[in-house]
Amino acid sequence: MIKAILIFNNHGKPRLSKFYEHYSEDTEQQIIRETFHLVSKRDENVCNFLEGGMLIGGSDNKLIYRHYATLYFVFCVDSSESELGILDLIQVFVETLDKCFENVCELDLIFHVDKVHNILAEMVMGGMVLETNMNEIITQVDAQNKMEKSEAGIAGAPARAVSAVKNMNLPEMPRNINIGDISIKVPNLPSFK
Amino acid sequence: MALKIVKGSIDRMFDKNLQDLVRGIRNHKEDEAKYISTCIDEIKQELKQDNIAVKANAVCKLTYVRSLTFSCNTLFCCTRIGYLAASQCFHESTDVIMLTTNQIRKDLSSPNQYDTGVALTGLSCFVTPDLARDLANDIMTLMSHTKPYIRKKAVLIMYKVFLKYPESLRPAFPRLKEKLEDPDPGVQSAAVNVICELARRNPKNYLSLAPLFFKLMTSSTNNWVLIKIIKLFGALTPLEPRLGKKLIEPLTNLIHSSDSELIVPLSCIAVLISLSSGMPNHSASHVVCVIVKYLGLLAMSKILKTHPKSVQSHKDLILQCLDDKDESIRLRALDLLYGMVSKKNLMEIVKKLMLHVDKAEGTTYRDELLTKIIDICSQSNYQYITNFEWYISILVELTRLEGTRHGHLIASQMLDVAIRVKAIRAFAVAQMATLLDNAHLLTGNTQRNGICEVLYAAAWICGEFSEHLENPLQTLEAMLRPKVATLPGHIQAVYVQNAAKLFATVLRSQEGNTDSTTAQETSQLMIDRLPLFVQSANLEVQERASCILQLVKYIQKLQQKDVEVAEEVSALFAGELNPVAPKAQKKVPVPEGLDLDAWINEPPSESESEDEKPKAIFTKEEPKHSRPRHTEVDEKELARRREARKQEQANNPFYIKASPSSQKVYQETPGVEHIPVVQIDLSVPLKVPGLPMSDQYVKLEEERRQKERAEKKKKEKKKRKEKRSGRGKKHDSGPESEEDITPAHMVDIVTEEMPEVGRSGMNFTEKSSKHKKKKQKKEKEEKEKKKKKKHHHHHHHSDGGGEESVQNGTVEEEEPLPVSLCACVCDIQGNLQDGSQVVVSVIFENKCNSFLKSMEFNVLDSLNSKLQRPEGAGPHDGLTVPFQLPPGVSNEARFVFTVQSIVMPQKLKGTLTFIVKNEDSSTHEKLDFKLHFTCTSYLITTPCYSDAFAKLLESGDLKGSSVRLEGVNMPFHHLLARICFHHHFSVVERIDSCASMYSRSIQGHHVCLLVKTADQTVSIDAKCDEPSLLGNVLDEIKQTFSQC
Repeated sequence: MIKAILIFNNHGKPRLSKFYEHYSEDTEQQIIRETFHLVSKRDENVCNFLEGGMLIGGSDNKLIYRHYATLYFVFCVDSSESELGILDLIQVFVETLDKCFENVCELDLIFHVDKVHNILAEMVMGGMVLETNMNEIITQVDAQNKMEKSEAGIAGAPARAVSAVKNMNLPEMPRNINIGDISIKVPNLPSFK
Repeated sequence: MALKIVKGSIDRMFDKNLQDLVRGIRNHKEDEAKYISTCIDEIKQELKQDNIAVKANAVCKLTYVRSLTFSCNTLFCCTRIGYLAASQCFHESTDVIMLTTNQIRKDLSSPNQYDTGVALTGLSCFVTPDLARDLANDIMTLMSHTKPYIRKKAVLIMYKVFLKYPESLRPAFPRLKEKLEDPDPGVQSAAVNVICELARRNPKNYLSLAPLFFKLMTSSTNNWVLIKIIKLFGALTPLEPRLGKKLIEPLTNLIHSSDSELIVPLSCIAVLISLSSGMPNHSASHVVCVIVKYLGLLAMSKILKTHPKSVQSHKDLILQCLDDKDESIRLRALDLLYGMVSKKNLMEIVKKLMLHVDKAEGTTYRDELLTKIIDICSQSNYQYITNFEWYISILVELTRLEGTRHGHLIASQMLDVAIRVKAIRAFAVAQMATLLDNAHLLTGNTQRNGICEVLYAAAWICGEFSEHLENPLQTLEAMLRPKVATLPGHIQAVYVQNAAKLFATVLRSQEGNTDSTTAQETSQLMIDRLPLFVQSANLEVQERASCILQLVKYIQKLQQKDVEVAEEVSALFAGELNPVAPKAQKKVPVPEGLDLDAWINEPPSESESEDEKPKAIFTKEEPKHSRPRHTEVDEKELARRREARKQEQANNPFYIKASPSSQKVYQETPGVEHIPVVQIDLSVPLKVPGLPMSDQYVKLEEERRQKERAEKKKKEKKKRKEKRSGRGKKHDSGPESEEDITPAHMVDIVTEEMPEVGRSGMNFTEKSSKHKKKKQKKEKEEKEKKKKKKHHHHHHHSDGGGEESVQNGTVEEEEPLPVSLCACVCDIQGNLQDGSQVVVSVIFENKCNSFLKSMEFNVLDSLNSKLQRPEGAGPHDGLTVPFQLPPGVSNEARFVFTVQSIVMPQKLKGTLTFIVKNEDSSTHEKLDFKLHFTCTSYLITTPCYSDAFAKLLESGDLKGSSVRLEGVNMPFHHLLARICFHHHFSVVERIDSCASMYSRSIQGHHVCLLVKTADQTVSIDAKCDEPSLLGNVLDEIKQTFSQC
């Protein structure tokens, strides 16, 4: 079982957190902080597995993480999951994000958290891996997005336009845009279909 | 600003919370949409406020509204957002969940597969036992949905449902199994996932699925499924060994099959590990290397447990891993090393590790290394160490580590090795001496950590094995340096003690040396340095130092007189300390004659158990006694009763002032000096007041009874049987065994003055008001008692003699109905102190199965006799019996009566009311009884001597009377005993078939009898100062014999 999926940036700012077991909000915050602390001090060229971490990482649990540009993708799993399998799953997840957002960057995750959640929901359901085939995931996500768009139709268009204009005015937006850095390099890990 | 906050919080009170919102929506069935839109406006307002709590509330409501809106407009986007929000913020204790069941059910059956999909996804995050129970069926149906997309989600969520609602597993399992062979790989994978998770919890139940999985493994191309299946087989193989053999082939095929991408890592682990450590930081392949390295090490540690040799060949690779940057990998490698060492490679491995210790940065990893080194070396009792000198030097090297926290560990290793390996001691001592000499290095960081613990071991080893020291003086000097005082107290204490040992060694080495300056200088050194320790704040250091200081001063004096002291000083520390294995004690044989189970001292007082014994014996002996009351008395009850009796005795002048008052009484009677007071060993009865016997007592009684029985004639027996036939019904105890029993002291009575016991009767008739039937009950004995000292004795008599008192008791048996309560007067005793008081002891026994409580004892007072009631109580009030009776239990209560005149027998009518409490009901019941005070009961057995008796008769104050008894067929001494026993007389003198007897009433009346017998005729001439009393007593005597 996957206990939690966390995405945070190099500074420990959470970008997505999905817990498949219930924790109080305080505990969740603590888990994210602790995980960041553990993961961030590790070297780039070390392995991707971590045992320990007091809160979520009981004796049975492991942290499996990957670091892409500004983002850490951390999966906390128990011993029933294969380390390599999860590593591959992270890869599939990131590649899927990359396809859905076309060159995904941290900002995409900030402004489209719901979409990220939707994609994740097609991959992992209630802590169990639902689908590992990237094409299948993208098909399903696209189909759902299309449906949404068709529903909103013309009525939704002005609202989207307005929100686009609003987004333009977000004061912090320019600061964060750094195209060179945020594009995620996807190493050529042999992937599962 | 403050105002704003206040306003905000006031507003909040009127804000809708989530419950209000839900309620509101439900109340607006017709215009739901309108209501919701107003709510959303409110929420917007709330969101704009500063108050965080308001905002949170608003978000919460918004979430719900969102999750609800999809029901209004069936838009997928809303559904999706709603479920996303719900999955993020709902959890089991969220109360809104209860409201969602129907909504979810509606969505699950939606024609749109994505509606169903998001509903399932959302549900998987917040499923509760209730939801699982309610929706299990819907989900089961979805498992055979036409769309694979739905099928796989439904299959996957079943695991969550099983977790929350385990009953659903059984019906759902066949379908789940079916899904393993679903045409869609996604559904297959989901089913495998679920079964793997289930099997992890309880692998045994899934063994039957092994063939199916086997087929899947060979046919599936989905790597994810393969990984899961292999994991599952990993859990199953320990349970079914045959499975392992079967698996080998397909697994190796899998590894070698070209289409499996796992082949790369699996077959190349060794190569990659060696490559990666040498390769510069090179692209993604390095990442793969590290991952594989980690996994490889992980796998190897598992292999190590079963096939250590195959791993040992990779020793070099693993050692290289110690150089890895990654701490995860280094720690894994360390774990592996522990299992890999052998005698051959130990030194090499440790050497490598020592190198790493030097290089390692970060104390955590270094400490880890240190403990690993010690673990590796000391494992299985130093099995792999061939050269302990090497090990000691390793330990000494380890002491150079700065900032380690394992000084204590090193110290204990040093001590262990030095003590257990004798051959190494010389070397160890030399090393330790060096350590001590360089102690300033160690003491530099005492404050920080435990490395100074090593000095503890060093000092002790140097002292204990000082004979191996090359230069003890130098070491001694090192140990007495002022800087030592900065060490922790327990180490200083060891320093001081061992300095003394060294001192002894130095003295001995100087023995025979003509020049005694060295010895004296050493003494001086000790005397100079020790005061430093005497001032120590640590008590132990101080104590040892001052003790040794005085010793050294004394030695110095002797030295100045040129006395050879070395021998004596060494004797202080003579004897070798040998190591003892933890289990050694077991091997020591128990010396002959030593019984480890025997008590060393007398076992603790058994008074308690003695108290119990009488009870046990009593129940056994019970049939022989007329008192049924003790049968079921438990220990508590005994204690309580004992207490009550003690209390009673304390309040009863008869008991307390017994001696002096009785003395008075005797003095009135002539020849008092000669009255033989029956000697009774009081110790036992006094210990257990109220209990009729102790062991000895019982035994004695037994003997006597036998004697008595032997003497009895058959005739007599017959008579008694007849007499008692009516009684048998009332007593549970067998009347046959009773019949032969005569009072314990019967034999004595015949030969000398003995207390007599008389009886009077009491009839109880219970009328059950409810059943209108008279329940029967009664038992009676009336008794007057005389001697305080003998009171226990008396009890005994009454016990034994109870049967014979039938004549005095009237048995009224109306119907042999089940008796719910048996009350039995065991004892009516006159109070010698107060001539007008009689104490009646009544035993209540509960013979029914119900609980009896609120018992009230009341007697209709006559002019002559009155029940003594507590002050303030009316003349007709009953006395509450101070206890309740559980089924089968009996207890005794005492009631005091005031009697005006004792010359006439009395009958008092009374009632006993009580409540019978059953499980479900309680009834009030009543028991009528008659209390029979005979004149005999006012008599008290008083011994009298013949001269006093003669005087009494001569005085002429007494009036005479006589009675003749016909057909009395019993030996004369039995006849006398009977009179003594039942009517409280004592024999004054007996000549052949003629005897004189005496008794006294509680009011001081003298009663004298002259009994003669001839041919079954007994004539009794009696004299008394109260003729009516005498008449009644004689009547009673006559009655006693008429019943024989």
